[in-house]
Amino acid sequence: MRKAQAPGSLLIIIPAYNEEAAVGEVVQEVRRAIPGVPVLVIDDCSADGTPSVARTHGAEVLSLPHHLGLGGCVQAGYRLAFELGYEYVIRVDGDGQHDPAYIPQIFQVLKQSQCQMVIGSRFVNKDGVHTSLFRALGIRFFRLVLRPILGKTVHDPTSGFVGVNRAALEVFSRSFPLEYPEIEALVVLQRKAFNFQEVPCRMRPRKTGKSTITALKSCYYIIHVLLGVFVNVLKYEGRRRRP
Amino acid sequence: MDRLLNVVSVLSAILVVMVLASVRRAHIRVEYSVSWLGAAVALFVLSLSGSSLDRLAGFLGITYPPLALVLVMACIFLVVLYRFSIIISELKDSNIALAQRVAILQYQLESLHEEHRPPAETR
Repeated sequence: MRKAQAPGSLLIIIPAYNEEAAVGEVVQEVRRAIPGVPVLVIDDCSADGTPSVARTHGAEVLSLPHHLGLGGCVQAGYRLAFELGYEYVIRVDGDGQHDPAYIPQIFQVLKQSQCQMVIGSRFVNKDGVHTSLFRALGIRFFRLVLRPILGKTVHDPTSGFVGVNRAALEVFSRSFPLEYPEIEALVVLQRKAFNFQEVPCRMRPRKTGKSTITALKSCYYIIHVLLGVFVNVLKYEGRRRRP
Repeated sequence: MDRLLNVVSVLSAILVVMVLASVRRAHIRVEYSVSWLGAAVALFVLSLSGSSLDRLAGFLGITYPPLALVLVMACIFLVVLYRFSIIISELKDSNIALAQRVAILQYQLESLHEEHRPPAETR
């Protein structure tokens, strides 16, 4: 992948860990949805053939030397995108849950709005909602927690189908939550007085594998994320500033 | 009481010997051995000096002096663990940044190789 040449350049990043069975189709769908846009799969040291499948289907691959977890994996993509000079980055998960058909819409809103982050949300229109009871309860809980912090409701705070512009890219390439990053990332941006917008989109059931967040892990997830949100609120850096 | 103090003295001495042996074999870096050695020596001195322990127990309002020693032990090891938690967190952050940098450099190196590959080799 070369340095981004044109202004308004977009990069699609796909974090993937042992997604051999799904990542090829995801890359193909992304390339069909938005032709000519480079696709970067960040391989989090998979034990299967994820990188070779991604390459075969036309993606570039950034291979991490050892497993970093979702946050470290996504941040590696943000860092590379920032260093290559990309203006916009949209993250699509490698398990096939995010429908790439919504990428052009997210990109459009990202370019036209003054928002630094655009979130593909399954709850704005309640279209294609595929989530477990625990996760649904967790999402409702975090909606309530985040409402006073963010100053507005975020319908789908755990969505990883996210587009960011260069200002947010700069922030995330320096500092990005490592475990369960989606909710904390919203607070990180809010601390910089950045804005976000939600775009209704459809989520699909994952093509293969299982979610990393099981019922047993939900309690740990809630405590961990709450602590992360609290710590990020405490990190408030003096007066708010507009970029 | 004496037996408990003797046990603590022996354990502290064993801890000192273990830490020194680990430092000698380069299993623990010198800077990380200081916390353990400090903790072990403090426990050793307190367990041998009955009058110091009595004064400490009196100061803390504890009627049974060996309990003061247990409390001191717990506090010392909590501080050591806290210090190591900070060090581990710093190491994890550095490790992640390093892994990301290695991945990015490797990626850029491969891209350069690809760009400069002679035309005959390119497919």
